[in-house]
Amino acid sequence: MQMDFIVDKQAKTVSIVKDFAAGLDLVWDAYTRAELLDQWWAPKPWMSRTKVLDFRVGGRRFYAMVSPEGDERWAIQKYTSITPKTNFKLFNAFADEHENPELPGSEWDLNFSEQDGTTKVSVSIHNESLERMERMIEMGFKEGTMMQLKNLEELLKSLQ
Amino acid sequence: MRRDIFQAIADPTRRAIIALIAVQAMTPNALAARFETSRQAISKHLRILAECELITQEQKGREIYYVLEIEKMKEIDEWLEQYRKIWETRYSQLDELLSTMRKQEKEK
Repeated sequence: MQMDFIVDKQAKTVSIVKDFAAGLDLVWDAYTRAELLDQWWAPKPWMSRTKVLDFRVGGRRFYAMVSPEGDERWAIQKYTSITPKTNFKLFNAFADEHENPELPGSEWDLNFSEQDGTTKVSVSIHNESLERMERMIEMGFKEGTMMQLKNLEELLKSLQ
Repeated sequence: MRRDIFQAIADPTRRAIIALIAVQAMTPNALAARFETSRQAISKHLRILAECELITQEQKGREIYYVLEIEKMKEIDEWLEQYRKIWETRYSQLDELLSTMRKQEKEK
């Protein structure tokens, strides 16, 4: 199903909206249980390896993205608010392998809703600086994902 | 001070300036004539865009023209596109996982 990717540069927010052909319970689990998250979170050929996942307010997910060469990029997602099967919020920060965060991080707001067996998930990511997001990409995804550039006309259309 | 390129294009007037000079190089006067804001305000926007290296000046005869630096614009698009791609891949993996999980549920 179609994914919407909306960049609001003024608000320094990226929103990703997606419908899934599955019920809310299943989708909620896929976002909140380590053994499920690890199966889809990392874009192949990267792997997601969750070391800790304590899904409660004040709890955290501490995980690594592992490259095919075995390089690890650690991150902490601290849960700041949870409304079961409706919404949760987290604070995301890069970290080292000893769980020392690198600030600033980004604030994530995830919304879930189901209609006729389809579950809509809307993830909104607010960054203090969009340049930080640029770094996020440099930190491990550059290889293999070099994209063809859209032509300028298309870009300008999206900026207007 | 280093300007944040994303701040530069966050402003609607600056985006309009970019759209105009993308079509053809323009003088500051010709640009200002297209907007209702003051000439000073347009000059300020042009200065910010120049500091971000999104536009450069070219002298043609007596006039100064502003030209769009297409490569710089592509940089922004490129990394946003990569970020979008990460989510697209991630979500196609989740689509697959959910479909597998649903099948397993039915078999139970």
